[in-house]
Amino acid sequence: MPPKVIPIFANQAAPASGCGAKGGSGKSSCGSSAKPGDLSPEVWAKVKDHPCYSEQAHHHFARMHIAVAPACNIQCNYCNRKYDCANESRPGVVSEKLSPEMAAKKVLAVAAAIPQLSVVGIAGPGDALANPEKTFRTFSLIQKDAPDIKLCLSTNGLALPDHVQAIADLNVDHVTITINMTDPEVGELIYPWIYFNKKRWTGRDAAKILAERQMQGLEMLTAKGILVKVNSVMIPGVNDMHLAEVNRAVKSRGAFLHNIMPLISDPAHGTHYGLTGQRGPSPQELKELQDSCEGSMNLMRHCRQCRADAVGLLGEDRGEEFSTDKIAAMDVAYDPEPRQAYREYVERERSDQEAARASELAAMTGQAGAAKVLAAVTTKGGGRINQHFGHASEFQIYELSGAGAKFVGHRKVENYCQGGWGEEDVLEDVTAAIKDCAAVFTSKIGLCPRKDLSAAGIEVVDGYAHEYIESSLIAWFRQRMETAQPAASAA
Amino acid sequence: MPYKIISSTCTACTACEPVCPNVAIKEKNGTYIIEAKKCTECEGEDPQCVEVCPVDGCVVIDKSLPRYAA
Repeated sequence: MPPKVIPIFANQAAPASGCGAKGGSGKSSCGSSAKPGDLSPEVWAKVKDHPCYSEQAHHHFARMHIAVAPACNIQCNYCNRKYDCANESRPGVVSEKLSPEMAAKKVLAVAAAIPQLSVVGIAGPGDALANPEKTFRTFSLIQKDAPDIKLCLSTNGLALPDHVQAIADLNVDHVTITINMTDPEVGELIYPWIYFNKKRWTGRDAAKILAERQMQGLEMLTAKGILVKVNSVMIPGVNDMHLAEVNRAVKSRGAFLHNIMPLISDPAHGTHYGLTGQRGPSPQELKELQDSCEGSMNLMRHCRQCRADAVGLLGEDRGEEFSTDKIAAMDVAYDPEPRQAYREYVERERSDQEAARASELAAMTGQAGAAKVLAAVTTKGGGRINQHFGHASEFQIYELSGAGAKFVGHRKVENYCQGGWGEEDVLEDVTAAIKDCAAVFTSKIGLCPRKDLSAAGIEVVDGYAHEYIESSLIAWFRQRMETAQPAASAA
Repeated sequence: MPYKIISSTCTACTACEPVCPNVAIKEKNGTYIIEAKKCTECEGEDPQCVEVCPVDGCVVIDKSLPRYAA
């Protein structure tokens, strides 16, 4: 069967550059946008195909979560596992639970259809390690059936110290621990109870046990060379002032990447926070906290807070194509070749993109000064500006400065274009979502949105259609600085 | 009086099944049930299924049945 879904943004000559690709200067946004030169070869080998651990990889590679772990051993105020809803997109939500055998078959089915697939993770909908038999059985089946797929798991950390050896034995290279506090006084506001050593613990005692187990588990994992990402939910008024301390605590214990995520607290989700009116942070508050924590620690900015059964590139979910009945009817076989071919294609594409970026950056000779602007990009993936404005359900946001283009987040929107014609009120929301951006880069855009965006002071740039995101952004920014400068010096 | 699971509120999260020291809990028709004959109410300890269940009031004493007799 031909690997028909290999995204065809190829056949574009890479912008010429004779310049040797060089790693981004020191710390370029997240561990995420870290390039080969910024990381040791062993670490780069582990993260280069993992969309969650590398911002770079998230343009190219897909992940899937398999919902084999419904049980949980703690209660969090931001979580409600009563709902199995197809329309909600947030962690902890799934449409159907799977047995380890069904899950392994689903992995083969998805791998056959999506050659970008590189990682399979278990992230609930409960806690992967509160269901250790199911989690580890699923991993060993996948390892046997599809050995080229990386394994990954996500946990609250309470049971982690008991399972570090099993995790290492199964060659799980990536573990995410959700750590929202190190101080039990903060923890008791987030966790009503935990179940530990055959007992339900509440209040500060519960939070103290949880925090100790999380730190112990983190230390044990990093001692074994397993990469650890720490997720923290930012809850304004509860732990927002405390997360810088969490950042220091996890950094000193060797965590690779810190992902500070906004609280999702819609009352309709039925969570404690949703029902009591606890608000989430604004994108600006979130970015401020992320910026303040971004010392030598890598900060993740590209998290889409996906469902516990999400399938596809980050930002897309093709889970519905792989429901249990559909998989049951599928005849699947293991064939790593299309994925291997795709990985090789990405390797070439990557070095081209990196060369183009480095050459554009080298041409920027101080014109920028301290100037910084934000730009929004519409992309279907592959690191290219290749999506029609009206088809975008999210914008990727880059911060442009003399140091280059740094990925700083994404903004979700409703598709503007609904079957050929645009919706006026949707366009207003879209414009509002990117109103702090100086420009929007897109492959194609209609007249009407173009006019509205210009009226809102957002420049529409479609001259880089299908070209690389980073090098295009840098080239545009450089030209903007060059034209701005004579005016500034004349003034 | 053994414990019982109110199936209308059970989310079938499976958390109770492995923690039951008496292997009294099993899946039935998409929900979980406690076999009354096997339930000892965890005799003097905290009832494990109640401790781990994420839904308040989902696991309750079944007053219509007699206590466990060894």
